[in-house]
Amino acid sequence: MKDNKVIAVKNLTKRFGDFLAVDAISFEVKAGEIFGFLGANGAGKTTAMKMLIGISKPSSGEAMVAGFDVYTQTELIKKNIGYMSQKFALYDDLTVRENITFFGGIYGLSRATIKEKVKVLVTELKLENIIDQLVGALPLGWKQKLSFSVSLLHDPKIVFLDEPTGGVDPITRRQFWEMIYHAADKGTTLFVTTHYMDEAEYCDKVSIMVNGKIEAMGPPKLLKERYGAGNLNEVFLKLARGSKPNE
Amino acid sequence: MKRFIGFVKKEFYHIYRDKRSLFILFGMPIAQILLFGFAITNEINKVEIAILDQAKDATTIEIINKMATSKYFSINRYLAAESEVEGVFKEGKVKAVINFEKDFGEKMVKRGQATIQLVADATDPNTANSITNYILSIVQQYNQSINLHQVGGPQVLTQTHMAFNPELKSVFMFVPGVMTIILMLVSAMMTSISIAKEKELGTMEILLVSPLKPFQVILGKVVPYILLSIINAIIIVLLSIFIFKMPVQGSLILLGAESVLFILTSLSLGILISTIAKTQQTAMMISLMGLMLPVILLSGFIFPIGSMPLPLQIISNIIPAKWFILIIKGIMLKGVGMAFIWKETIILIGMTLFFIGISTYKYKIRLE
Amino acid sequence: MSISLHQISKTYKGISAVQDISFEVKPGELFGIIGPDGAGKTTLFRILTTLLLADTGTAVVAGMDVVEDYIAIRKSVGYMPGRFSLYQDLTVEENLQFFATIFGTTLERNYELIKEIYEQIEPFKTRRAGKLSGGMKQKLALCCALIHKPKVLFLDEPTTGVDPVSRKEFWDMLKRLQAKGITILVSTPYMDEAALCDRVALMQNGRIMEIDSPKKIVEKYPKAVYEIGAGERHKLIQVLRDFPYLYSVYPFGEYVHYTDSRSDLDIPELEEYLKANGLTGIYIGLTEPTIEDVFMEMAKE
Repeated sequence: MKDNKVIAVKNLTKRFGDFLAVDAISFEVKAGEIFGFLGANGAGKTTAMKMLIGISKPSSGEAMVAGFDVYTQTELIKKNIGYMSQKFALYDDLTVRENITFFGGIYGLSRATIKEKVKVLVTELKLENIIDQLVGALPLGWKQKLSFSVSLLHDPKIVFLDEPTGGVDPITRRQFWEMIYHAADKGTTLFVTTHYMDEAEYCDKVSIMVNGKIEAMGPPKLLKERYGAGNLNEVFLKLARGSKPNE
Repeated sequence: MKRFIGFVKKEFYHIYRDKRSLFILFGMPIAQILLFGFAITNEINKVEIAILDQAKDATTIEIINKMATSKYFSINRYLAAESEVEGVFKEGKVKAVINFEKDFGEKMVKRGQATIQLVADATDPNTANSITNYILSIVQQYNQSINLHQVGGPQVLTQTHMAFNPELKSVFMFVPGVMTIILMLVSAMMTSISIAKEKELGTMEILLVSPLKPFQVILGKVVPYILLSIINAIIIVLLSIFIFKMPVQGSLILLGAESVLFILTSLSLGILISTIAKTQQTAMMISLMGLMLPVILLSGFIFPIGSMPLPLQIISNIIPAKWFILIIKGIMLKGVGMAFIWKETIILIGMTLFFIGISTYKYKIRLE
Repeated sequence: MSISLHQISKTYKGISAVQDISFEVKPGELFGIIGPDGAGKTTLFRILTTLLLADTGTAVVAGMDVVEDYIAIRKSVGYMPGRFSLYQDLTVEENLQFFATIFGTTLERNYELIKEIYEQIEPFKTRRAGKLSGGMKQKLALCCALIHKPKVLFLDEPTTGVDPVSRKEFWDMLKRLQAKGITILVSTPYMDEAALCDRVALMQNGRIMEIDSPKKIVEKYPKAVYEIGAGERHKLIQVLRDFPYLYSVYPFGEYVHYTDSRSDLDIPELEEYLKANGLTGIYIGLTEPTIEDVFMEMAKE
């Protein structure tokens, strides 16, 4: 990583017919950074994220993810990133171990490596009692923690987390964030969307999207100072209010 | 009543806006009838045959001409010797070879009989069988025309076939089956899926927590499909009459009444399925596995019930479609009246009441 | 009482979904049930809206028993299940018209009640519900639940997955509905929304841990809460964990919330300890506990 930037986006745009879903956004994320990607429903977050993980082609602009181009090297991008969303987590009808083995296999890890990873996860997350239980029987918080660990299996450079903690109880939510910190300490870059504004404060840098554009970006502290707000929730409300997206 | 009409109106919006269900509703019946009518058929059309005429006299030429002028065959090869027969089949285009023995005409006159050898490519046994039958019937016609008896020992086609389907039109056999499948599909599958959809999307919760009574919800879901099924039945009958020139021998009113009865049977089955299925996918699976397969395999639509093993014959009795096919074959092809189908009708009525009974018993006014 | 539950329990496939729940909601009250997914909120709502039968216990809604008078209850309550149950293939207007007809009313008759909310979605009235954004769907679902002017309104997680702006607007709407005399029972996994209710029940694992006004709940919190900030947050948490007098530490927005196991925290001592462990930019200050602090403290037990 020459310049330490793992995501570099310049004027990235996505157009659906006449509708500009993402309107020339630009930002950079450094290695090991926790980047909070915020915005109202329909502001274009999901569309932007889809372009970055290589499943949607931009209309114009440039973007490099993990050193690869989002137009031409989507397969390489997919190999080098992890993805976790609230909607797609693990298979409910497989056990924890089977899920780990399956996802490890998808990313081409060897049997030996997978076994090793299972061992590490069992100790780190204290899974002794649940490793052979069906995922469907676990509480939501556990599922989300496991799902995050699985997205880290192949040691990706960047992990994209799409509302990872929705509906999770406050204690587990915080445990989850400690896992995020831990991954960031090891040099993984985290790209997170969330509707919990207190979680947004845990990020190193956040961007707030309104109507397809990035309206504000910077460390939470700086944004609060700039907008004279006590917390990020106020910043968010100031920016997004009155400019409801057209949908 | 206003509530109910509002509900039915909403159902029609759903049907109209879902292009897939629109296709199943109206595309499928037409496509199936046309498919069975034109493509999947026992009829033969312009099949290539070869002639090995070792006599080359007036009699053989007359018979060959009869074959050549029929729309069933096209004769494009004349062979010189028996040794060529195998080679011709290996090329694959020619499906049958007709071999006239030496001095055919002379033998006919002198001995009163002559032999035609018929060699057919039996890699496709059904086609081979049909070809043989067609050739035999041409020969038989010739026999009758010259008032002779023993020429090549012609076989007569089975009497039932000939009696109700004189032109051997297989589409006539398929129409009752296709009609049964379509009515079953539209009524049972579509209803059960549309009820399961409300459960899946959570709108059933709101409907339950509303002044609508549960039976009104069910009735509201069913009424549109009754109407659509009737329209479908009419389309199918019209298609068969006008495109395939199929005469409906019996009373159209009776046919209509029996169809409505079968639609009700299917709907009651659909409701029963929806009391079990929680998702659209389950409803679809149960409908396909539990309804469509038995209709196709066990109702006598494709495989004659008489030639099934005894256990399957017994099972076929619990399939509503079997009775309906008997009824409409009777009305459409044989032209029978109520006197001949009252038993089947009562069985269908009984089944409908039975299904409605269990559904009512199983239907929940709450979520579980 | 507008809603009253007495020792309600319900078991699903051997798992106890709600256990021994009793509480009362006064007419015109805005009552919140706060808890994460799996706490039993939805089961409770379904019992109250007559969709499920409780195993034991009794419940009365608007003076009617949920088992005996279920038909009457269904006519007089409004219910908005989680995940905005709307007909995705019908337009905004058609959805409203449909719910109006099945409740035997018209859009015009109770227009006053939904006017404010409907005006926000009116520009999109010919759009299919499936194509609306989360916030819009939420408003439409609320309109549908209000169309027959219910006495009691049940809202199961109306703000889940919705952005903060829409959430704020939604709560403003609830306040205005409350002012019109409608009793509202609302559930949410967002702890910060608890403060917007008159009274709340904190729920976890099928049990109610506490019922009171948000203010009183916070006052009952036995410990002093300190907010601590430092340059490196993750390290700060790890270092605090090793502090011998630690009672609890949780990240909270910009800072971490820290409680001490002693009754008096020696701030300079703690500051010293943090500095000795290499932390910079240290800030330690007393702060008010929040509902979330209380919830986590209770959930721990």
